[in-house]
Amino acid sequence: MHTLTRKEKPKESHMRIELTVNGAEHTLDIEPRTTLLDCLRDHLGLTGAHAGCEHGVCGACTVLVDGVAVRSCLMFSPQAEGAAITTIEGVTPGPGELSPVQDAFCETHGMQCGYCTPAMVLVAHALLADNPEPTREQIVEAISGNICRCTGYAQIVEAIALAAERIRGANRPPELRK
Amino acid sequence: MLADDENARVIAGGQTLVPMMAMRLARPTQLIDITRIATLSYIRGDGDTVAIGATTRQCAVERDKLVATKLPLLAQAIPFIGYTATRARGTIGGSLANADPAAELSLIAVTLDATLSYRAGSKTADIPAQEFFVGPMTTALPSGACLTGVRFPVWPGKVGVGFHEVNARRSDFAFVSAAAQVELAGDGKAKRIAIGVGGIADCPFRLKSAEQQLRGTTLDPAKVNEAVRAALADVEALADLHASADYRRRVAATLAARAIADAHAHAQGKAQGKPHAH
Ligand code: FES
Ligand code: FES
Repeated sequence: MHTLTRKEKPKESHMRIELTVNGAEHTLDIEPRTTLLDCLRDHLGLTGAHAGCEHGVCGACTVLVDGVAVRSCLMFSPQAEGAAITTIEGVTPGPGELSPVQDAFCETHGMQCGYCTPAMVLVAHALLADNPEPTREQIVEAISGNICRCTGYAQIVEAIALAAERIRGANRPPELRK
Repeated sequence: MLADDENARVIAGGQTLVPMMAMRLARPTQLIDITRIATLSYIRGDGDTVAIGATTRQCAVERDKLVATKLPLLAQAIPFIGYTATRARGTIGGSLANADPAAELSLIAVTLDATLSYRAGSKTADIPAQEFFVGPMTTALPSGACLTGVRFPVWPGKVGVGFHEVNARRSDFAFVSAAAQVELAGDGKAKRIAIGVGGIADCPFRLKSAEQQLRGTTLDPAKVNEAVRAALADVEALADLHASADYRRRVAATLAARAIADAHAHAQGKAQGKPHAH
């Protein structure tokens, strides 16, 4: 990992890019063929984005680009310049805390080995930001691009539904809360 | 750049090219990213056509009101392309230029007689969709050219659409897909009809003989069945691990008949079933 001062020139094979990840700006010298996934993991130490298939099938590498879930293994890092990238490390409200979605995953046992989990949580965040009241069908559709080899999905769907309900509840004025 | 290096490739959404590169099936020497060319990303209505820029994201088309009202067939097929996360990056032009035999967008372009535009150096030109797709992953695009956009004709009048596909999992590649668009005349007969099938052969194609036979009729289900079956009878269908040629032909006939029935009902204003994978 090498974060640079702006004055040094990048090597011939490298390209200087600026990425905004979880609100922090990074200037990196990187081979342009480096995928966003490898860049996040190997250059920024954000290992919550998982490498599964590395060709766009499993969804384990999902991150949010401008709030939208995308596969980071299918993007080259320079293509992410100028976008706001959110990884699983960026969804918690504060150190040691969990987002409502993460909380719900714990409670409903929405994870086992955890390999698919960061991606599932991010997909859920993107879904709920767009649609606070998803139907079961919409939840299933949202996670349909993410493979989980452990849970059988039922608890993941349950987790997202629970998180949706809680977020809706929290956004309601106190006198209307249950 | 494209003209100077025959192994350079244009990259847009990268949802097909990058997996191919990851599997070392594609080894381009240079990648030219066109996604930031703002003038290639648009959805514009202009009278009797809707024009869509090559780098317009699939998710943008999926959510577009103009597409939903003017190009219902396209609107119906888009959710079948990959997953939400791939549609977020994947582009209209990228899918068309890739010309996968099973691609939904190619099928819709052929069914609706869309016109594709490209640019090579400073020259621009148009190709009708039916001539654009020449084989699996092969198009009539000259080397060094870059697809810039596609125009879909809008059908006026009482129009209905239907789309069906069969795959192992929704969002996977379609083994077979079928699309139909029908315009009804005042007397309830089919004034115009377009029927396309995809996934079955090297490129999507129209069931022209069936279209001819069914035009001007009331789209009686038995006649529809007979016409699509006859139109598919001598098609050389693909056979692979997933499905035999016979199966593909049979399923194509069934799906085409269903798509026509849906389109007919839709045009008559009957409540229409949701599109679904089987
Ligand atoms: S690692 Fe990106 S989709 Fe599998
Ligand atoms: S929890 Fe193991 S893959 Fe999903």
